Amino acid sequence: MAGALRKPQLRAAALVLPLSAFILATFVAPLVTMLTRSVYDPMVADTLPETLALLHDWDGQSTPSEAVFETASREMVRAREDRSLGRVATRVNRVESGLRSVIMKSARRLHRVKEVDSWREAMISIEPEWGEAKTWRAIQRAGERITTRHYLHALDLQRDADGSIVLQPPQRRVYLPLLKRTLAVSLGITVLCLLLGYPLAYLIAHAPPRRANLLLLLVLVPFWTSLLVRTTSWIVLLQTEGVVNDTLVALGLIADENRISMIYNMTGTVVAMTHVLLPFMVLPVYSVMRTIPPLYMSAAASLGASFPQAFRRVYWPQTLPGVGAGSLLVFILSIGYYITPALVGGQSGQLISNMIAYHMQQSLNWGLAAALGSILLGCVVALYLLYDRVVGIDRMRLG
Amino acid sequence: MEPPVNSSNHPHVEFEHVSKSYDGRTLVVRDLNLSVAEGEFLTLLGPSGSGKTTCLMMLAGFEAPTSGAIRIDGRSVHDLPPRKRDIGVVFQNYALFPHMTVGGNLAFPLEVRGLDPEQIRERVRRALELVRLGGMEDRRPGKLSGGQQQRVAIARALVFEPRLVLMDEPLGALDRRLREEMQFEVRRIQRTLGVTVVYVTHDQQEAMAMSDRVAVFEEGRVEQVAPPEILYEEPERQFVARFIGDNNILYGSVVGVDGDFCRVDVGGGIVKAFRIAPSRLGDRVAIAIRPERVSLAPKPGVYHNEFDARVEDILFLGDHLRLRLTVCGHSDFIAKIPNIVGHGAVLEGDQVRIGWLLTDCRSLEAPGQE
Repeated sequence: MAGALRKPQLRAAALVLPLSAFILATFVAPLVTMLTRSVYDPMVADTLPETLALLHDWDGQSTPSEAVFETASREMVRAREDRSLGRVATRVNRVESGLRSVIMKSARRLHRVKEVDSWREAMISIEPEWGEAKTWRAIQRAGERITTRHYLHALDLQRDADGSIVLQPPQRRVYLPLLKRTLAVSLGITVLCLLLGYPLAYLIAHAPPRRANLLLLLVLVPFWTSLLVRTTSWIVLLQTEGVVNDTLVALGLIADENRISMIYNMTGTVVAMTHVLLPFMVLPVYSVMRTIPPLYMSAAASLGASFPQAFRRVYWPQTLPGVGAGSLLVFILSIGYYITPALVGGQSGQLISNMIAYHMQQSLNWGLAAALGSILLGCVVALYLLYDRVVGIDRMRLG
Repeated sequence: MEPPVNSSNHPHVEFEHVSKSYDGRTLVVRDLNLSVAEGEFLTLLGPSGSGKTTCLMMLAGFEAPTSGAIRIDGRSVHDLPPRKRDIGVVFQNYALFPHMTVGGNLAFPLEVRGLDPEQIRERVRRALELVRLGGMEDRRPGKLSGGQQQRVAIARALVFEPRLVLMDEPLGALDRRLREEMQFEVRRIQRTLGVTVVYVTHDQQEAMAMSDRVAVFEEGRVEQVAPPEILYEEPERQFVARFIGDNNILYGSVVGVDGDFCRVDVGGGIVKAFRIAPSRLGDRVAIAIRPERVSLAPKPGVYHNEFDARVEDILFLGDHLRLRLTVCGHSDFIAKIPNIVGHGAVLEGDQVRIGWLLTDCRSLEAPGQE
C-alpha cells in the first residue's frame, strides 16, 4: 500500500529534479555563501596566524611582548611579498579606521630592515600607533575567523575598550537610520498601494466582464513594460524641467523659479516605487474579491445594513486574505528594492539595498554587504512569521 | 420597536400589474397581480426560469419592476431600498457570512439596528432555540451540516422580527429526508410566529405540503393561485393540471355544450367533462383525468365515462398498480389501481373496461388557444 503510493510520488519528484537542481545552484548555494560570508572571514587569520596565536595570551591593555612585534613584522613582510597584505590591511582598517596606511607603510619599511635589537622599538618608530593597545585589539578582532563584527557594524554597534557592545556615537550611525528609513518607506508604499489599489480592484471585480478584462489589461500593461522604461518615464514627468512642473508653471500654479523637486529625492522613490508595485497589490486583492459572491452584500442589505456597514462588516473582512497577501508582497518587494531608488532616489531617496550594492561593488566589503543582506532577509522572515501568527499563512490568497 | 400591525383591510403584500424585463424586450414577469394576506404562507411554484425568483427579488428590493407597483401594507415600496423594507430573506445558498460565527451572523441585523448587547444576546439565543440550534452561537457556519446552516439562515432572517419573510428555494440543496423534515420545521416556525411567508420552489410536493396558497408560475405569468387541494382537484389551466401531480391529458374537439358540461370527441370516443375553459362547439380542448380516479371494471351505469382499454404495461408499486393503457387510440393513458383484493387478476395484453366520473374529468384550454 505504502509502496504503491510512493511510486507516483517518486515520479512526481523526479519531474521537478531539474528545477530543484537549478534552484539549488542559483539560489540556495549563493544564499548560503552569502550567509556564511557575513560571519566567516578567514583572510586575516590565515595571513597572520602566529601573531594572532601570540596575541591570544595578551592581556589586551598593555603593549604586547617583543615576540608579538617580531612575529607580526615577519608575517607582514611575508604577506606583502605574496600580495595579500592589502586585503588584510583593508579588513583591519574596517575595525579601526586609519590602520590601513599604518600597516602598509610599516610593512614597506620593515621589508628593508634586516637586523634590529628590538622589533618593538623599530615598529613604534615607524608608526607610533603600534605602541597603542587598540591597534593590536583591531588586529585581534579582524583575525576572528567566525566573527560578529559585520553584524555589529551593520547594526551600528561597536565594541568599546573592554569588549562590551555599545551603540556607535550618533554622528557615526549609518545603517540603523537607513534600515529604519527603508522599513518606513516600505510601509508607506504598502499603504499607498493599498489605498490606490483596493478601490481599483473593487472596480475591476464588479465591472461587467468586458470592461473588467480591459481594466485588468491596463493594470498589467505597466507590468509588462520594462522597469527601466517605466522608471525613466517618471524622470521625464517629474524632473524640474519635466512635464508636471512645466504644466504647473504654464497654469500659473507655481512660479518658474519655484519649480518643485519631485525626483532624485524621497518623493521620486516613493512615487515611482508605488507605481511599479501597484499591480502586486491589485492582483491578489482582485482575485480574492472575485470569489466573494455578491449575494453576501444583498444578504447584508436585506438584514438592514447600509452600504458602509455592509462593506465594513461583511465585505472588507472577506477581502483580508487578499489584502494580507498584497501587502506582504509589496512590503517584501519594496524592502529590497534597488533599481528604482538607484535611478530616481538621488541622495535622500536611497534605501538599504543601495547600500548593500555599494558595499558589493564599490567598497568591496562583502562581509558587511552579506550581513546587511541577512538582516534584510531576517526582517522579511520575521514579517512572514508575524503574518502567519496573526492571519494564518494558509489564508493568504495570491491569485 | 414593534412594527405597526396591519389593521386596515389592505393585504400584506400586493403585486399590481407588475412586469419585469432585464433586456427591454423579453418579459420575465408579465402583468402580475397577486396579493398575500397577513400571516399567510404563499408559495410561488414554477419551473426554473418562470419568473418566480424575480418576483421575490423585486419584493425584497434587489430588482425594480419595469412597470406596475408593489405594495406592502398598502404603501408602494418603489423608493424603499432593501435595507429599509424590513423583510427577512432566506437565500438559496444560505448566504451566511463565513467569517462570522453563527452568533455573529444572527447578531448582525440587530447590531446594525443599534440594539444594546444584552438584548442582542437574548434575541440571538431565542432565535437559535426556535430553530432547535440552542447553544451553537460560537460555531462557524462552515463547520455546520447543510441542514444546520439552513436553520441558521432561517433564524437570521427571523431574528430581527420582520413581519414578512421571503425564502428562495431554501431547501433545494438538502437531501430528500432532511428536506421533508425541514418542511415541517419551516411550517412550524411560521405558525409559531405568525409571520407572512412568500416561498419560492420548483418542487410541487414541497409547495403542496407547506403552503396556505400556491401561485403556479409559467413563463412569467401566474396560471392559478389557490390552496393546494383546490390546485390539485380543480386545476383551471392545462399547465397546472400537468404540473401538479399526474394527469392524463386527452386532446379533442367540443361536440356538445350543456351549461357547465361538455362532450368532447377525443378520436376514439366521446368524453363527458366539466367545462372549465369557456369553449364553444368545435373548439379544441384538453381533457384532464387523474390516474387514481380511473376505475377498473366499473359497475355499468355508475360512471359517466366508460371505455374499453387494452393493458400495455403493469408496474407493481406496492400500495398500487400502475397500468399503462390504450384508450380511444391514446396509448399512454395511466391508471393507478389500489392494491386491494380483486385487482390482482389483470395481465398485460388484457382487454379491460375502465370508467371515471364526470366530476373527475375537466376540459381545459388546449395549447395555442387563448
